[in-house]
Amino acid sequence: MTAHLSRRSLLGLVGAGAGAYLLSACSDGGSDEPDGPQTINWWHIQNTEPMLPVWAAVAQEYQGAHTGVTVDIQPLENEAFKTKLTTATQAGSPPDLFQSWGGGVLRQQVDAGLVKDLTDDVQPWIGGLLPAAMQPFTIDGRIYGVPFDVGMVGFWYNKDLFAKAGITTTPTTWAGVLDVVRKLKAAGTVPIALAGKEKWPAHFYWAYLAMRIGGLGALQQAAKDKNFDTPDFVAAGERLKELVDLQPFQKGFLGADYSSPDGQAATMGNGGAAMELMGQWAPSVQASSSTGKKGIGDKLGFFPFPAVDGGKGVASEVFGGGNGFAVGKDAPTATVDFLKTLLSADNQRKAAQTGAVLPTVREAAPAISDPNNKVVAESLASATGFQLYLDQAYPPAVGQQVNDSVAELIAGTKTPAQIVKDISAVAKSQ
Amino acid sequence: MTTLQTPTTPAAAGPATTGRRGRRPRPGRRGTLVAFLTPALALFLLLVIAPIVVASYASLYKWNGFGLPENFVGLDNYTRAFADPTFRGDLWRALVLIVLSLVIQLPAALGLAMLLNQPLRGRSVYRLVFFAPYVLSEVTTAVLFTLVFSPNRGLGGTISRWLGADAGAVFADPDTVLFAVFLVVSWKYFGLYMILFLAARQGIPKELSEAATTDGAGAWQTFRYVTLPLLGPTIRISVFLSVIGTIQLFDMVWVLTGGGPIHASETMAVTMYQYGFRRFEVGYASAISIVMFALSLVFALFYQRVVLRRDTEGALTSQGVQR
Repeated sequence: MTAHLSRRSLLGLVGAGAGAYLLSACSDGGSDEPDGPQTINWWHIQNTEPMLPVWAAVAQEYQGAHTGVTVDIQPLENEAFKTKLTTATQAGSPPDLFQSWGGGVLRQQVDAGLVKDLTDDVQPWIGGLLPAAMQPFTIDGRIYGVPFDVGMVGFWYNKDLFAKAGITTTPTTWAGVLDVVRKLKAAGTVPIALAGKEKWPAHFYWAYLAMRIGGLGALQQAAKDKNFDTPDFVAAGERLKELVDLQPFQKGFLGADYSSPDGQAATMGNGGAAMELMGQWAPSVQASSSTGKKGIGDKLGFFPFPAVDGGKGVASEVFGGGNGFAVGKDAPTATVDFLKTLLSADNQRKAAQTGAVLPTVREAAPAISDPNNKVVAESLASATGFQLYLDQAYPPAVGQQVNDSVAELIAGTKTPAQIVKDISAVAKSQ
Repeated sequence: MTTLQTPTTPAAAGPATTGRRGRRPRPGRRGTLVAFLTPALALFLLLVIAPIVVASYASLYKWNGFGLPENFVGLDNYTRAFADPTFRGDLWRALVLIVLSLVIQLPAALGLAMLLNQPLRGRSVYRLVFFAPYVLSEVTTAVLFTLVFSPNRGLGGTISRWLGADAGAVFADPDTVLFAVFLVVSWKYFGLYMILFLAARQGIPKELSEAATTDGAGAWQTFRYVTLPLLGPTIRISVFLSVIGTIQLFDMVWVLTGGGPIHASETMAVTMYQYGFRRFEVGYASAISIVMFALSLVFALFYQRVVLRRDTEGALTSQGVQR
């Protein structure tokens, strides 16, 4: 009894590792002859309608046109995918084609020699994609993945609640945002919905402020120097503190999830708060989490994160991310060709028509029908700079520390000056 | 009672084997031994010993889990853990939860068990109802309570507002979250302890309390000087299970709060998971797991030697008497 209980926890961590080593011994490594039969193992996370059947149809069509190629699809739920991929990559045998968000995790996989350098293979057609979308997948000038979806974070707001508080125009400066918050509070409306339990939604505020104050380069420079202890980052924390001091969030926000029935998206979707800072998926999650499954429909509006007075950044620089695919080191030769097919203008249009994907191929942009998606896509197309979510752009430990630290700032247990020291310390330890 | 003790006391089997010591096993018998022991031993080595060895090894490296560990850092991961405010907080919170369990949860279970031992209308229904939460998995329990204490629309918040308080945001407030977690853990586990105590209470012969009454003992005196001492072995085992369970608390906290807000409900296992699977600092996470293991092991050994000693010796004597 004793031995069993006290060792159970270890089994979780180390047993997984040991199992992974055993599994790695069983992998076949894929067949490399160009003419022989090939199987492409494809892991994606579009495991629900509407994208699931779209991917299946593309794979079916490709198999029909290429005899000898089999596409073995494994649709996985987001968290399940991460766990499964961690086990596979730690064992040194990644799938042939798999979901990637680029950034720090992709860099770790590159450093471990697990993914293929695609630069030369994709050269002929990669020019048709939005440059902003390529940024997260480009590491030291080489391309290690191809995005099929790209989006950005901005303010989603409830037009009715804004009108009720007498707000006629959306704010274009940070001072304007604070003003809007004060007016909303005065009108008895909860100004902002926030999922404090999940941390990543809160990090959007700090990252965007840092980007507007220090300029786009500041975020990359900080990661390179492993130093966030600069006046610009401290100022970002202080601006965020101004917002937090107005107590703009819904009740119990520190314990709120993002997509649970009482979480951030549901609060917006049920008209319980006036705005949220969120990515392009916000309208669909608001709808699916709301009581009536419809969200607030055409009362929903979008405005980009405003500029900060005296800041070096401009409002046309966007913060966001997207979904893409990376190719495993042992993938059969047909994989890159299949990837090209996935990214064809035709298939991107099909994906865009579902409303769940914002296409990265320029030619497919007119296929976007949803008005909210259109606004996001237009902001992206005219973006003058792009920054990937910090918790994905940075090495995982630094990204998580950013999330933890911003949560501490919002909860009031740490000051803006303390959190930049904490983040720097973790960055230096990497 | 003996059914509880026998598996935990290798000494109980002692006299039986000593009788055969020195006698050579017959050839056929050796084959049987090998055939039956090998699978169990192999599994034990592979699933218990090997992971411990691998984790101890990994804990000496700075390692992100990719490839083989190469960056040897000695005991740095351990010194880092004991300097980390979050991990030190984990230790403190484990202590708080253990004290709360021993002072509130177990006595409450004991009291209830005594109550349900009385002739009471619908007694078996009560027993069933109180034991029912234990049947639920930790994750199910946690999901259930996140709904009950959902800040704006939860049942818990609504009921507490009728009563003039507001418990809607207990999981969102760093000051209350640990106690809220304790409440949920207790809700799930007190039924188990209640059943253990009840079974032990029913194992006490009626004659003893009758004799005490004849000697003029009141209800409290009978409980204090007859029932409680005879429940001793069960209470000691319950304390043991409770402490070890608290050291390893994970599922419930992970689903209820994720360790938050701002680490206020984080446990060692949650910290370990965060570092192992979120930050990819597998070496550091291994060090935390080894500390958890060491704590459990030291506590288990100490407890077995010092506190459970009487129980195990008792078991041995009774075996001796029976022979």
